[in-house]
Amino acid sequence: MDNIILELEKTQIKEDASTFEVGDFVRVEYLIKEGKNERVQPFLGQVIRFAGHGVRKTFTVRRIVQGEGVERTFPLHSPRVVNVKVDRGPNRKPRRAKLFFLRGRTGKSAQL
Amino acid sequence: MTKKFLLARKRGMTQVFREDGTVVPVTVLQAGPCTVTGLRDKSRDGYRAVQLGLTPARDKHVAKPQRVAAEKAGVKPFRILREFRVDATDGYEVGQELTAETFEVGDIVDVSGRSKGRGFAGTIKAHGFARGNETHGSHNVRQPGSIGQCATPSRVFKGQRMPKHYGNERITVKNLVVERIDAERGLILVRGGVPGHPTSLVQIQTAKTGGEK
Repeated sequence: MDNIILELEKTQIKEDASTFEVGDFVRVEYLIKEGKNERVQPFLGQVIRFAGHGVRKTFTVRRIVQGEGVERTFPLHSPRVVNVKVDRGPNRKPRRAKLFFLRGRTGKSAQL
Repeated sequence: MTKKFLLARKRGMTQVFREDGTVVPVTVLQAGPCTVTGLRDKSRDGYRAVQLGLTPARDKHVAKPQRVAAEKAGVKPFRILREFRVDATDGYEVGQELTAETFEVGDIVDVSGRSKGRGFAGTIKAHGFARGNETHGSHNVRQPGSIGQCATPSRVFKGQRMPKHYGNERITVKNLVVERIDAERGLILVRGGVPGHPTSLVQIQTAKTGGEK
């Protein structure tokens, strides 16, 4: 790709961004607007995929809310994503990069 | 509002984050630096325009008429020369340099360039026709279909859309917004796509319609 574009993208990339991996249970701190105020809204769950690269990299977090699976995709380098804390790692290291097989599974079979 | 204009080369596309986190798709344009190489005058030339040069060239790369014109004007010869029509040439002088800072963030601009050539393209690519069945014994996959009626009118109407040479023509994308300016590197980032392949020449000018912020 064009060098100038890579340089431009580099200025927007958070260097401390990739401290977590697929399978980790994370707490994503996301800035939301409530009226005029801004506050951090956490989203807890398991990282099931990374997609894209460079400034366009995103990750998807899956959790179960009231028995219903919920997935949210965040742009990794977005200024809205304030912090991603790793709660705990997976029980076993996942053998694949995308954990889509967790969808439709519950309880013990949804473990790695 | 005076008209602003500049020559640029397309570098490619990327995305930028605004402060509020909005993701904006942008085209990166390497703009200028351009030199004013000539002015066109109503009384002498019949129209008013400013001629800009991009990319300085060695003498041997420039045809004699252009080389002599540059010598007479007292500027370096350029690989690329383009004229921009203006209402008045006041404020422009031969030899003056224009950079990316000509434009401001928030300016609404039209960007013209030469679109990517597609060669001799069928009706699907060129006009967005529907495709036929690929299965059930159909051989009518990318055919144009019927092109008219029968004995009446026993001819094909003018303007019937058919396969044609597609692309490689001048396209203007109107009302793009300048998202960011990088004066240091001479870059203009406009929201949205711009015709042509990376490195192709584009002309940026204040939008014909609107132009207001």
